[in-house]
Amino acid sequence: MSFAHLVWSNLKRKKLRTLLTVLSVTIAFVLFGLLSSIKQALTGGVSLEGANRLVVQHKVSIIQLLPVSYKARMERIPGVAAATHQTWFGGYYQDRKYFFMQNPVVPEEFLEMHPELILPPEQKQAWLRTRTGAIVGRKTAERFHWKLGDRVPIQTPIWTKSDGSTAWDFDVVGIFDGKEKTDDTMSFFFHYDYFDEGRARGKGEVGWFTIRVKDPAQAAAVAKLVDQEFENSAEETRTEPEGAFLQAWVKQIGNIALMTAAILGAVFFTILLVTGNTMSQAVRERTGELGVLKAIGFTNGRVMALVLAESCVLAALGGVLGLGCACILVPALAKPLSTMLPMFFFPVRDLLAGSGICLALGVVTGVFPALQAMRLRVADALRRM
Amino acid sequence: MNANGILVRVDGVEKVFHRGSEDIHVLRDLHLEVPAGEFLALMGPSGSGKSTLLNLIGGLDRPSRGTVTVGGERTDQMSDRHLAGWRARHIGFVFQLYNLLPVLTAERNVELPLLLTHLSRAERRKHVETALAVVALSHRSNHYPRTLSGGEQQRVGIARAIVTDPTLLLCDEPTGDLDRKSGDEILNLLQALNRQHGKTVIMVTHDPHASARASRTVYLNKGQLSDRPVD
Repeated sequence: MSFAHLVWSNLKRKKLRTLLTVLSVTIAFVLFGLLSSIKQALTGGVSLEGANRLVVQHKVSIIQLLPVSYKARMERIPGVAAATHQTWFGGYYQDRKYFFMQNPVVPEEFLEMHPELILPPEQKQAWLRTRTGAIVGRKTAERFHWKLGDRVPIQTPIWTKSDGSTAWDFDVVGIFDGKEKTDDTMSFFFHYDYFDEGRARGKGEVGWFTIRVKDPAQAAAVAKLVDQEFENSAEETRTEPEGAFLQAWVKQIGNIALMTAAILGAVFFTILLVTGNTMSQAVRERTGELGVLKAIGFTNGRVMALVLAESCVLAALGGVLGLGCACILVPALAKPLSTMLPMFFFPVRDLLAGSGICLALGVVTGVFPALQAMRLRVADALRRM
Repeated sequence: MNANGILVRVDGVEKVFHRGSEDIHVLRDLHLEVPAGEFLALMGPSGSGKSTLLNLIGGLDRPSRGTVTVGGERTDQMSDRHLAGWRARHIGFVFQLYNLLPVLTAERNVELPLLLTHLSRAERRKHVETALAVVALSHRSNHYPRTLSGGEQQRVGIARAIVTDPTLLLCDEPTGDLDRKSGDEILNLLQALNRQHGKTVIMVTHDPHASARASRTVYLNKGQLSDRPVD
């Protein structure tokens, strides 16, 4: 027999109670895994965007367009290394429910601006020379079973063509991946020239500009200079870091981090009470036995360690089960949720944080019963046998 | 043990419990010497302080005044940690209600005190087998306490008390919860441990039949000892 055996035997004493407590902890950690994955899906792209990139949009709103001629003026501003533009196309494939992001871009500038996108060189060349060519992210290509050479029609309610049609045909010439798991591979990019020539209105206007600054430390100063450049013009600008720009999109559905923290806080507080109560009861019920252990020579520290170990094993069992279930459940849910939450996965940092919370839960719930056990006077405890 | 062969010396001990503003004097200026190898019975009415005295000798409690010396060591001056280690090495406790851990089998209950030693698993096993053989319970080693009779449980309790080969066995009414037949078996066992294995035994009891097995009986009444029963 070992100390561990003693801990395990004590946990088996009230099997149903132990099982229910472990299940409560398990459910809490499954929720933790799911909410972490949802948070990741909604905010993941934000934190990882390039720190050296700024986004310039119309001062009034993102839906107001800017003249494409602004690009040349931006590139002359000190501190600006390069500039390129995108426009919201707002289309869908076959049915409105098959919505995803498509943007017209200037291919060479765009790829240079976004080195995080991986596109094989021959596909890049094919895109550059094909006017109707488009590159599509891996997830969207898999979603619609597109392959290189496919011709795909995209309908857009925003951009009517000169001939009155709203269907735009594109040739899939490239499928890109992201360097990181969090890089967006849902989007679809095509030639701005093809778009600009084809559209019935808004020619020479774009949605927003992306600027790469020479020195990320000077990004704020450069943003100020850009906005000053277009001050008092017909289309004034608002320049902000790319992360903040994306954050603004995400904030339209609320403060995700705060919401998940609040839900998880409530869940873990409840679990703290449940597990703490289980441990307190377990200690109260065997006061006499703890007295016996002390009588035969167990030190106060050893008795305290015994109780703490029990609460840590309880939390660890629930935590490992819960995090394990989350690790299985999240990938299983990722596919059906991929249209709504493309970056739905359980980040490793959250898995590690979950393990830490698990350990902390064990210690916090065990510490008071353990202190209670440690402080027991042997003679008093033996009287309660 | 001192030069006179005295294993336990209780000198001028007082024990006062505080209940609210009330002081309860359980033991008053108590003196007791127990030679090594003696089988001492400690008798007295309920509430006379027998168990309190046993607790003081076994280092489970501390006197309010006076000294307790066991095997030449002042237990009343030891720190809690030191005292726990000392108990593990020198004292074997036998309780009236056996006080076995219900979640452990007989052999694992007996093994408990050995977890505090540096013995290997094989050595621990050997000690456990020997202790269970001494109490004639080798065949019940894998049974849980709830499947054992009262007498058998008490024998497991005795095996647990002797497994570390302690100097002193302190028994608090070891037959108090048993029928006469089982009680006799336990008394035979304690007597054998005293006579054949040289263990010093101090036994608290209400039962004159049990105290008759001891080599000496002392009586405690109102916190004071005498050699004769109190009317």
